[in-house]
Amino acid sequence: MTKLDSKVPEGPIADKWTNHKNNIKLVNPANKRSIDVIIVGTGLAGGSAAATLAELGYNVKAFCYQDSPRRAHSIAAQGGINAAKNYQGDGDSTYRLFYDTVKGGDYRSREANVYRLAEVSANIIDQCVAQGVPFARDYGGLLDNRSFGGVQVSRTFYAKGQTGQQLLLGCYSAMSRQIGKGKIQMYNRHEMMEVVIVDGKARGIIARNLITGELERHSAHAVVIASGGYGNVFFLSTNAMGSNVSAGWKIHKKGAYFANPCYTQIHPTCIPQHGDQQSKLTLMSESLRNDGRIWVPKKKEDAEAIRAGKMKPTEIVEEDRDYYLERRYPSFGNLVPRDVASRAAKERSDAGFGVGTNETGEAVYLDFTSAFMRYGQEEANVHGLNDASQEKIRELGEQVVEDKYGNLFQMYEKITADNPYKTPMKIYPAVHYTMGGVWVDYNLMTTIDGCYCIGEANFSDHGANRLGASALMQGLADGYFVLPYTIGDYLADDIRTGSIPTDTDEFAEAEKSVKDQIDFFINNKGEHSVDHFHKQLGKVMWNKVGMARDTKGLQDAIKEIKEIRAAFWKDVKVPGAADSMNLELEKAGRVADFLELGELFARDALLREESCGGHFREEHKSEEGEAARDDKNFKHVSAWEYKGEPADAVFHKEELEYKNIELKTRSYK
Amino acid sequence: MNLTLKVWRQKNSQEKGQLETYQVKNISTDSSFLEMMDILNEQLVNEGKEPVAFDHDCREGICGMCSLFINGEAHGPGEEITTCQLHMREFKDGETIHIEPWRAKAFPVIKDLVVDRGAFDRIMSAGGFISVNTSGNTQDANAIPVPKEDADMAMDAATCIGCGACVATCKNASAMLFVSAKVSQFALLPQGKVEAAERAQNMVSQMDEEGFGNCTNTGACEVECPKGISIENIARMNREYLSSSFK
Repeated sequence: MTKLDSKVPEGPIADKWTNHKNNIKLVNPANKRSIDVIIVGTGLAGGSAAATLAELGYNVKAFCYQDSPRRAHSIAAQGGINAAKNYQGDGDSTYRLFYDTVKGGDYRSREANVYRLAEVSANIIDQCVAQGVPFARDYGGLLDNRSFGGVQVSRTFYAKGQTGQQLLLGCYSAMSRQIGKGKIQMYNRHEMMEVVIVDGKARGIIARNLITGELERHSAHAVVIASGGYGNVFFLSTNAMGSNVSAGWKIHKKGAYFANPCYTQIHPTCIPQHGDQQSKLTLMSESLRNDGRIWVPKKKEDAEAIRAGKMKPTEIVEEDRDYYLERRYPSFGNLVPRDVASRAAKERSDAGFGVGTNETGEAVYLDFTSAFMRYGQEEANVHGLNDASQEKIRELGEQVVEDKYGNLFQMYEKITADNPYKTPMKIYPAVHYTMGGVWVDYNLMTTIDGCYCIGEANFSDHGANRLGASALMQGLADGYFVLPYTIGDYLADDIRTGSIPTDTDEFAEAEKSVKDQIDFFINNKGEHSVDHFHKQLGKVMWNKVGMARDTKGLQDAIKEIKEIRAAFWKDVKVPGAADSMNLELEKAGRVADFLELGELFARDALLREESCGGHFREEHKSEEGEAARDDKNFKHVSAWEYKGEPADAVFHKEELEYKNIELKTRSYK
Repeated sequence: MNLTLKVWRQKNSQEKGQLETYQVKNISTDSSFLEMMDILNEQLVNEGKEPVAFDHDCREGICGMCSLFINGEAHGPGEEITTCQLHMREFKDGETIHIEPWRAKAFPVIKDLVVDRGAFDRIMSAGGFISVNTSGNTQDANAIPVPKEDADMAMDAATCIGCGACVATCKNASAMLFVSAKVSQFALLPQGKVEAAERAQNMVSQMDEEGFGNCTNTGACEVECPKGISIENIARMNREYLSSSFK
């Protein structure tokens, strides 16, 4: 078994990044002009990296499958971005953000990476404000903060419920500036189909022009994958419809190890599934848990009556409500981390207390009544309304809540046709984020030389569970402040290489393999659509590799996914032609990769005989039903090397060392 | 519910398109409009026909990719929603629904319901930014207080999702609402104020080059905007633009 080298610099944790930056090689400005970098994906990570690398002087070629970089799915992040600014003076610090993130990740992330993330977090806010990101402000004109799950300070910066949008548009503006200068060549509606390796180094990609169907060869001195997460392996998720694993999977098949595929985040506050015709789930920001209280009926007969449509939640009196998170976790209450909140919702629903009136029956309430009354009273006091009626107070409170979460309430009403100001919201967990991903070292380089992976696509910072408002932080940290410097250390050796030719055997071979697969899909003329197989895969993943996993289920899943994959390759039907826009063809390629990833995912979950963060094994829980970690045997990153079939993938281990944080059982009680 | 769909089909940008008629059955009223389109496409694929190409991605009203002209309205019936936020409960059983792409000279059809909105990207590259490097060596985020009112107005302008409904709705196919939202966002913030006039100048001249029409203040754009962007932004941009011409 090879030892993975994480290349974490020596020295005290607080000095590592500074020392590292002082010691890595630089590329002088004149030489940067002769170096090309390819970036696949233009979300927060890819977009910020593209902008910064171009500003530094590199020639950047950026690719996205959408019609504009502004549409990457980072845009859908709602709640906010964490930063250890301590503007609230509530005791926050770099160390505390670092500590919270490692603990929140259930002690399965790399200490040095997380510390660096916390360290650069404050800079992100400075940077974004300078770019014109309109963060929320208080009446004094200073930046406002809110609180998120799993922490006890207010360090989350936000722009209404559209923080991801505003940060991405900031990035897109920075990119646009460089596109205008010609420093970034932007390839919209292009999909990366293959990575090209020359002499062991990543030197280019084969991309498909999604409008003309043409295959294009693009070369560079380094390739950066920033293509996001793989939650769509579950078919139903909160990811964008086009989100896929393919870029990450293609490099995996060419030598990049894939780490911890089983670490998935199931987000607790999503709108419950309405039925079988659904294509997509919708998330509502975790920030709602700042003010909403989660409950189910205390009595089973009440839950049954609600499910049957014979009773309304507002008819259930206070004493008959079970605020189960406040009951089980008094010190964090409704703000426990996502994995804990999701499992608790599943536990109540499985026990027969769910309140879903939809076809699935699964849902719990998120109720704002207390917040309406609390804020309303405050407002009444501020305006000297001493004898305000209960109705008036509630009305004032609704106004405050509307200012904070108006767009989320509106979104909920549009989808469900229920007015959340009058009746509690119904929520249920859904697949949202993947902590696993391509293995990278401290420099964010994969196990292929010159191939980097940043943002959600890599595995690095969140361990087994990501805290709210940390995805945006990581994406921008990687793209603005980490990769642009670490990549120079590698590219410094390439200043005399000259541009990489594309008329070589390596490019020809890569292009041929892509063309062969496309031809196969077009000519196969099978019985079933791509979605038919994707839905089957999703069902297996959700039922057996979802929120709770056990040995038998996982073994079955591995077998079933293999069967679905075989059926897919035999029987998939892709209408249309290869040489024009063909959305079914695009989906076919992506689902083919999901069908391989899904099996590796289940294998990884089977091998990890412990419960940690988002990975919950039924066999490994405490008497109270909490996740039981096994640090003795599983305090490591599982990194998989591709060898053909997922069943043949070779397991590698990166031991995790905790020198600055004491390993403890995670408790939010 | 059962529906008759009249859908615009066009092979590519060169060929002519036409409306085709399709039937869909047993659609749940809780389904979204695009889920209904998914069902139509699944049906077409099963019949061995090419599915209808349409743009969509996040399906939660924020990426701005979806862009259908439904029964003569950008993003269909309902206020302040994108196509993906439209639900079938807005329609009646047995209804006939017309589905067309955005129509504007500056947004050529690529295929079926998919149009090319690259013109928006080019307007952004011409000036839709604050000229600051992403080095991180900027001053502290709280160094310049921004009045809450200005920050809130900037935020309102910044919520534009760049979908192009304003252009598709406008009888002149003008892009003024889109451009003015970006100009306003930056002009309202001290960080962006410095180059506000120049920015307006550059973005507007690119807009003209792309073949968008003139604004004649009909206000139709504001009504159809899924994010409720106000035409006050157009007035603000005109001020910036005028001040740049006097320089």
